[in-house]
Amino acid sequence: MRQRGPSPAPAPAPADPGRAAAVRALAEGMAPMRGPLLPVLQAVVEQHGFVHDDDVPVVADVLNVSRADVLGVLSFYHDLRRTPPTAHRVALCRAEACQARGAEATVASASDRWGGSTDVEVGEVFCLGNCALGPAGMLDGALHGRLTPERLDVLTEGWPA
Amino acid sequence: MNPVVWVPADAAAVSVGADEVAAALEAAGATVRRNGSRGMLWLEPLVEVETDAGRVGYANVGAHEVDPLLGGVLDDTDRCVGVVDEHPWLTGQHRVSFARVGVIEPTDLAAYRAHGGLAGLERALTLDPADVVREVTDSGLRGRGGAGFPAGIKWETVRTARSDTKFVCCNADEGDSGTFADRMLIEGDPFTLVEGMTIAALATGATEGFVYLRSEYPHAIRTLRRAVEVAYAHGVLGGSVLGSGRRFDLEVRVGAGAYICGEETSMLESLEGKRGEVRAKPPIPALEGLFGMPTVVNNVLTLSAVPMVLADGGAAYAALGTGRSRGTQVFQLAGNVARGGVVEADFGISLRELVEQYGGGTASGRPVKAVQVGGPLGAYLPPSRFDLPMDYEAFAEAGAMVGHGGVVVFDDSMDAGAMARFAMEFCAKESCGKCTPCRVGSTRGVEVIDRIRAGTQRESNLVLLEDLCATMTKGSLCAMGGLTPMPVRSALEHWPEDFGVSPAAADATTDAMPESATSTTGGARP
Repeated sequence: MRQRGPSPAPAPAPADPGRAAAVRALAEGMAPMRGPLLPVLQAVVEQHGFVHDDDVPVVADVLNVSRADVLGVLSFYHDLRRTPPTAHRVALCRAEACQARGAEATVASASDRWGGSTDVEVGEVFCLGNCALGPAGMLDGALHGRLTPERLDVLTEGWPA
Repeated sequence: MNPVVWVPADAAAVSVGADEVAAALEAAGATVRRNGSRGMLWLEPLVEVETDAGRVGYANVGAHEVDPLLGGVLDDTDRCVGVVDEHPWLTGQHRVSFARVGVIEPTDLAAYRAHGGLAGLERALTLDPADVVREVTDSGLRGRGGAGFPAGIKWETVRTARSDTKFVCCNADEGDSGTFADRMLIEGDPFTLVEGMTIAALATGATEGFVYLRSEYPHAIRTLRRAVEVAYAHGVLGGSVLGSGRRFDLEVRVGAGAYICGEETSMLESLEGKRGEVRAKPPIPALEGLFGMPTVVNNVLTLSAVPMVLADGGAAYAALGTGRSRGTQVFQLAGNVARGGVVEADFGISLRELVEQYGGGTASGRPVKAVQVGGPLGAYLPPSRFDLPMDYEAFAEAGAMVGHGGVVVFDDSMDAGAMARFAMEFCAKESCGKCTPCRVGSTRGVEVIDRIRAGTQRESNLVLLEDLCATMTKGSLCAMGGLTPMPVRSALEHWPEDFGVSPAAADATTDAMPESATSTTGGARP
């Protein structure tokens, strides 16, 4: 999921003690795979919510690659978060098929509602494979179709502003 | 006697409440089975009740309607669509790859076998690898990812390559807007893909396979991983495929949100755990692919056609289709369309038949202004071009492409200038950055289109845009930069007024575009 607009991400606080050992153990477990670097980083995101800057040298050490190699992969893929996830996440599809159904109105509505929110992150995706029932979006990881601004409001009732 | 009710677990159905319907039905005492989707997506959630006459369908069922549904209250309303197998949307189609999708429980191997599954693999095990490849060559099967490269030629290259290690990689990074057939097949009938990949491995001497599946498809990931587990448990995969003593191991790898990883060499880099930057070709992946080894890279739909080709023989498949486009294509109707979904039909079906007869025009009820065929890198076509037959060569000749079979419909509120700008914007966001025409050209493209639309030195900027399109088409390393000019040029050609340009001025610039960007590097999508 990618951020919309400029978002100067605050540098994460130093990783908690114990995290380095956990990441090391995770990477060591996956090291025998073919081409383990991307799967390891995906697993770190899955288990810890994001990849901390302090994880980079640990992963590099275990997989015997340079920190530049790790940072190169980390910066290439949209899924590899480098900041802690917010309480809620909205990912709206802006690809052509959803635009044809008015996705931009839903995107604008979400941006108006949560722009600058520290609790709700609004991101864009390009195609969730739900192109016949657009506009499509993911709300906290769950796929929804026919996502008009009105339906988005109903589905996110009670979310923080 | 509990009624047996089928509720799709397909992501599209789930996105409009299918899981809630299934839970309500179970609470009401029904025996619930979860199938894939029949592909009539405008009817989802389409609930089917087993009767003596067959499975009777009810459209757009909500969780609050379970009691009236089971009580027969909906039977005399237009919500009841009758026996689903007899629905006109389905009876006109030629479902080969999608024969079982929506019909069976996706990971029920016994049901798969009962509906003709594994017959192709069993026959392949009785043939020499060269004969398996010959069947695929005879079938005329071409790459369904979009490039249309003959699968048999690719397989023969891998088969004759000398190496102790060979791979089969399935490209399931279906990122094109308007396409969802790969996803629906994996969610509805994953064993077809597993079987197709296993046949490819036997034919080429590969012992390991990977499916590269998008992270945006969480439902498909779960279903496919479950199917692979079941296939291992029943000896379809593993050390001795169906007891033959031949080994084939299959692993599902998940992408990480990069459109470019649908380009085959970028996908291979990503499978190796690296940045998904495209490789220059040659060497072709068939000779030096994954980890430098000979590798079959095919799209989900290509591999899913293989079991039928082996079961019924290549000639039976080649008997379908038109010209050099043999067999069937799974078309996907999407966007602003009244009836969206999957239409599997022989090549040669016209765009008009798809958009008007199957699609029923726009969902908004307004006139159709354009369709975009073949994803975000495909051309925008006006209704005057709707008689084009769906055929690789016919589309290429018209400066368009069939691509992965996606058809996205727009009504008359569409702004072609904005869509052209978006094509460049998308390319800028998703470029892998390895080559300059794509990395820089796409950003400059957004700026030039903005100037044209704002009326800033319009004539000279039109010339500049055409020059830029030519540079991207000829100079990009892969189809991402190479094909982005296709939607841009087609939008300008057909709707110059949306750029603030008079038709005469547009003609003057688009006349300078004889070479359509239909075959840049021969790679798969993008």
